[in-house]
Amino acid sequence: MALLDVKDLNVRFATQEGEVHAVNGVSFALEKGEALGIVGESGSGKSQLAFSILGLLAANGRASGSITFDGGEILNLPEAQLNKIRADRIAMVFQDPMTALNPYMRISDQMAETLIQHKGVSKRDAVAQAVEMLDAVKIPDAKNRVRLFPHEFSGGMRQRVMIAMALLCKPDVLIADEPTTALDVTVQAQIMDLLGELRRDLGMATVLITHDLGVVAGFCERAIVMYGGQVMEQSEIDPLFAQPTHPYTKGLLAALPRLDADSTMIPIRGNPPNMTGAPTGCPFCPRCDFVEDICATHMPPLISFAEGRARACHRVIEEVAA
Amino acid sequence: MSAPLIEARDLRVTFDIHRASDLPWTTPPKLRAVNGVSFTLEEGKTLGIVGESGCGKSTLARALIRMLPSEGQVIWQGETDLVPLGPRAMLKHRADIQMIFQDPLASLDPRMTVGEIIAEPLRTHRPKMGRNERREKVRAVMEKVGLLPNQINRYPHEFSGGQCQRIGIARALVVEPKLLICDEPVSALDVSIQAQVIALLEDLRRDLGLTIIFIAHDLSVVRHVCDEVMVLYLGQMMEAGPTEKLFTAPQHPYTQALLSAVPIPDPAVERAKKLIHLEGDLPSPLNPPSGCPLRTRCPRATEICVTTPPTATIEGREVFCHHPGPAPEVQAILATR
Repeated sequence: MALLDVKDLNVRFATQEGEVHAVNGVSFALEKGEALGIVGESGSGKSQLAFSILGLLAANGRASGSITFDGGEILNLPEAQLNKIRADRIAMVFQDPMTALNPYMRISDQMAETLIQHKGVSKRDAVAQAVEMLDAVKIPDAKNRVRLFPHEFSGGMRQRVMIAMALLCKPDVLIADEPTTALDVTVQAQIMDLLGELRRDLGMATVLITHDLGVVAGFCERAIVMYGGQVMEQSEIDPLFAQPTHPYTKGLLAALPRLDADSTMIPIRGNPPNMTGAPTGCPFCPRCDFVEDICATHMPPLISFAEGRARACHRVIEEVAA
Repeated sequence: MSAPLIEARDLRVTFDIHRASDLPWTTPPKLRAVNGVSFTLEEGKTLGIVGESGCGKSTLARALIRMLPSEGQVIWQGETDLVPLGPRAMLKHRADIQMIFQDPLASLDPRMTVGEIIAEPLRTHRPKMGRNERREKVRAVMEKVGLLPNQINRYPHEFSGGQCQRIGIARALVVEPKLLICDEPVSALDVSIQAQVIALLEDLRRDLGLTIIFIAHDLSVVRHVCDEVMVLYLGQMMEAGPTEKLFTAPQHPYTQALLSAVPIPDPAVERAKKLIHLEGDLPSPLNPPSGCPLRTRCPRATEICVTTPPTATIEGREVFCHHPGPAPEVQAILATR
């Protein structure tokens, strides 16, 4: 049985312009200890998918479907029960560490709070454990710096604090939502290295949500490619990059500049989809080079075509991958 | 050979840092955001300026177009030094040097229509131009950047990020500049849209013979777009030279650290790759290290780096380092294909 099992998840937001269909019928499973990437551009629904797992949707958002964690249903649980899971069993690292940390609280107090809440330890023990964890994420002089406020750290150090805080209770699942997007590339490389190391040491499953295919290539074992709130392709990491089978994945890889080669940077034509109203057909069809009549009216189902690989496209693989 | 289009000589930008606790008679500490940068850029070429946040790349761009006061020289077309010019004299050159910005939506006035936004530079720089001619020009430039003529009366918020960047580019191009300064033009855009804007910039460069200064932190994009590259750290030049050389055989440890950190969309390469670590954090620019600015974090630092600022050493490009040379880790990444 999968550790985290998402089945037919839908996320809708009621807005003045109408109902926004942010996530449409997404299913995936996360195994114990696995590193899964969820890749997509802005508006693909990747962050809302993550938020719905921990019940963090905005007030006008509504999630339906099913998410089971460790055998129990966790979608739309009451706050009190969610709070038992949050940070203890499923923890989250957010994109912007400055807004995610409380600027009025010392790092020691913020970190201790989690432990006191979930593990019932004393403040003194909690702070000692916090220092240990800050050491583990390689913050120099953790013993003294635990007394500082968030603004006294650099961006990279703040993200390390966030990671340390997320790992305090040794969660089974870590969800990292664009954890390095706000950081410089050298810092990003260090943080991703650190996350990989900690994941292996603690054996925790990790969901990495990102727009950066390079980061996914370096960190994940498997990835889900999302577009317009739907899963386009799902695959183990090596074949995904070597032989993408979906027109969108293929287009994304061709549009990407590469440092180690003369890249083509072939753009994908058109603009991102408007998510208001119920989707009809494949969300990528207005921009797709392989579009057929049926694409505009029917969303292709996600069909497994090889061990560990699935795609949602009306065209046959040979036509697209060629 | 004709004179380069633009040449910077020992350009410096210094900010006085005032603090609330300062007493009136104290001299405020000085922050050297750009510290002795020099380059020449030939007509039709693209220069990339790269570096991490706080390295002074945007400040350098703003100094070039005199949005910030600077010291040193900026020689335009081999004859005019732009640095000492007064506002009126500078205005004559402003139409020749245009800029596009990182945040496409924030750099457009939300209360103006697309047509008004694009026409505004014409009102300033070609005040005698008639209404009809202006309208024609705006329509022509909109078409050139891939906007539809019927969008002329819409407002910026009705457009997506990529389209807003097209509006920004149209606004810059309507006065037919010679030099276009792009400050992180694609870093706020999604991959698929980013490639569209880059393709547009390349078409425009080819068709209009534009010279471009391209500021970015994404080294993969810079490799794709630029002829020349300059790497900045703490406001100082680290390495500069032809893109091909710099990206196939970097000599400066900072360039190498930057290149080794760039994620590559290829799992096999990523698994095999070794990072070059820079120890610790960026030093405070208010109190930069003596000698070479990188020395506090550099794996090759020795005694001489503490005492003496390095000067450029290698033929064909500038490498500001006392111990230049290739790094096997980076060569391994760059030689994979």
